[in-house]
Amino acid sequence: MIEVENLTKYYGDFLAIENISFKVNKGEVVGLLGPNGSGKTTTMRILTGFMPPSSGTARVAGHDIVDQGLEARRMIGYMPESVPLYTDMTVSDYLAFMGALRGMDKKRIARRIDAVIDLCRLGDYRHDFIGKLSKGYRQRVGIAQCVLHEPAVLILDEPTIGIDPIQVVETRQLIKNLRGEQTVLVSTHILPEVSMICQRVVIIHEGQVVAEDTPENLSERLQGNERLEIEIRGPAADVMSAIRGLKGVTDVRRDGGGDRAQYTIYSRRGADLREQLAALVVSRGWGLLKLNPMSMTLEEIFLRLTSEEEKA
Amino acid sequence: MRNTLTIAWKETKTYFSSPTAYVVGAVFLALEGYFFVQAVSVPFAEASVRGFISPATFILVLLAPVLTMRLLAEEQKMGTLELLLTSPVKDWEVILGKYLASLVIFVGTLSFTLYYVLLLFWFGDPDIGPMLSGYLGLILYGGAALAVGLLASSLTPNQIVSAVLGFGVLLLLTVTDQAAQVVSGLGAVILEKVSITAHFTDFARGIVDTGNVVYYVTVVFLLLFLTTRYVESRRWR
Repeated sequence: MIEVENLTKYYGDFLAIENISFKVNKGEVVGLLGPNGSGKTTTMRILTGFMPPSSGTARVAGHDIVDQGLEARRMIGYMPESVPLYTDMTVSDYLAFMGALRGMDKKRIARRIDAVIDLCRLGDYRHDFIGKLSKGYRQRVGIAQCVLHEPAVLILDEPTIGIDPIQVVETRQLIKNLRGEQTVLVSTHILPEVSMICQRVVIIHEGQVVAEDTPENLSERLQGNERLEIEIRGPAADVMSAIRGLKGVTDVRRDGGGDRAQYTIYSRRGADLREQLAALVVSRGWGLLKLNPMSMTLEEIFLRLTSEEEKA
Repeated sequence: MRNTLTIAWKETKTYFSSPTAYVVGAVFLALEGYFFVQAVSVPFAEASVRGFISPATFILVLLAPVLTMRLLAEEQKMGTLELLLTSPVKDWEVILGKYLASLVIFVGTLSFTLYYVLLLFWFGDPDIGPMLSGYLGLILYGGAALAVGLLASSLTPNQIVSAVLGFGVLLLLTVTDQAAQVVSGLGAVILEKVSITAHFTDFARGIVDTGNVVYYVTVVFLLLFLTTRYVESRRWR
């Protein structure tokens, strides 16, 4: 349904995305995962025809997004990250306007407005000005306009950003419900979100696709490592070699020097080193100043992934 | 065309959801009222629309950019341009729709001055020809001024900057015929030809010169074309 081939985009001299290729099959929900500034929005803006690629091609439902821009855009429902809305219009006026722009007739607009207002639970706010709605409700209006014309393809840029936790859950459920009927490309930088709603993930980092897999396989790969942060008072060289000697340790890094330093310890999955470490420190007569098990931040996961790919 | 009308209708309604249309309309009509009274209060007053049609061009230099300043600047500032341009709508349909909306507001406001025309008929015996040509000229002039304003609005996300740009360009186009009197030769001809006011004077006198009509229509088309290209270029930058 969405075919992206070697997309490259320069903003002046700045290379935003480089040779991005991926496919989204009909009825699939695919997550575009990446840290801020990785090129998610750029990719989506190219797919929706907001701007053309510097090189490469993309097709939506078989229509080239540049040469057959209008046909391609007709197939798409798009929600940009900032959820731009006309604040001086009422919810139903706005939806009617967006429907008309997409070539829907009056009857269908009226029927679909009822449906999406129901779907996004906007019933009480139907005749309110959008400018008066809270961020969470604006987000709902954004989703409502996106699904209004029952497009074959939905492109959602960070749909759960900036709304409260309950609405995040609701939004995710909403996207999940679309699975099978509509093809969805959703961008996010929240890792667990991907496994909740997506069947497949495309990870982009610094404008390039670094991984493409199912969420299950990816988390398997990503959680191959666990990490501890520990601060020890003791001779640095001895501490390093002693920690390296522990079973399950894959890597140790030291921050700072002297006899008081911070160490980051990477270990194999399932190897809980905390007790061993504490015992080690006590037996050597060093001082344990801090012990902090850490989950991997997304930035680190990307770093890991990128270095992993380079090794391969 | 349907898309153009959809956008024009939406923009026209938006004018009334903010004070812009009311304020611009009220100021325009108040000033026009003053000029009308002044024109008919002199001894042996002429029963013609010239007294308030000619000064209207000057009022429009100031008010047209105010009417158009929001149209594209706000879309850029709010980010709604992204949704508009990713809808299955051609860029020129968007531009034309917005332009039509501003034209509707202008012509709508202008139609209130027909009340003065009624008064002229009631108390005098005006010549219909110059009236029609005067109104035609003013609508063409206003159309060109609004097109200038719309181009200015596409250039910036800031409404104030857009309005000031519009004033600047319109004022320049107004004073070029005075500049033409200072210079000589080809320069003078060109300056006089581009002047937005020089082409208006004939209409006020009751003369509909095809050349003048062509001038205004060309200006409108050229400016709308430039606006469309500029909005399109946003996609390429």
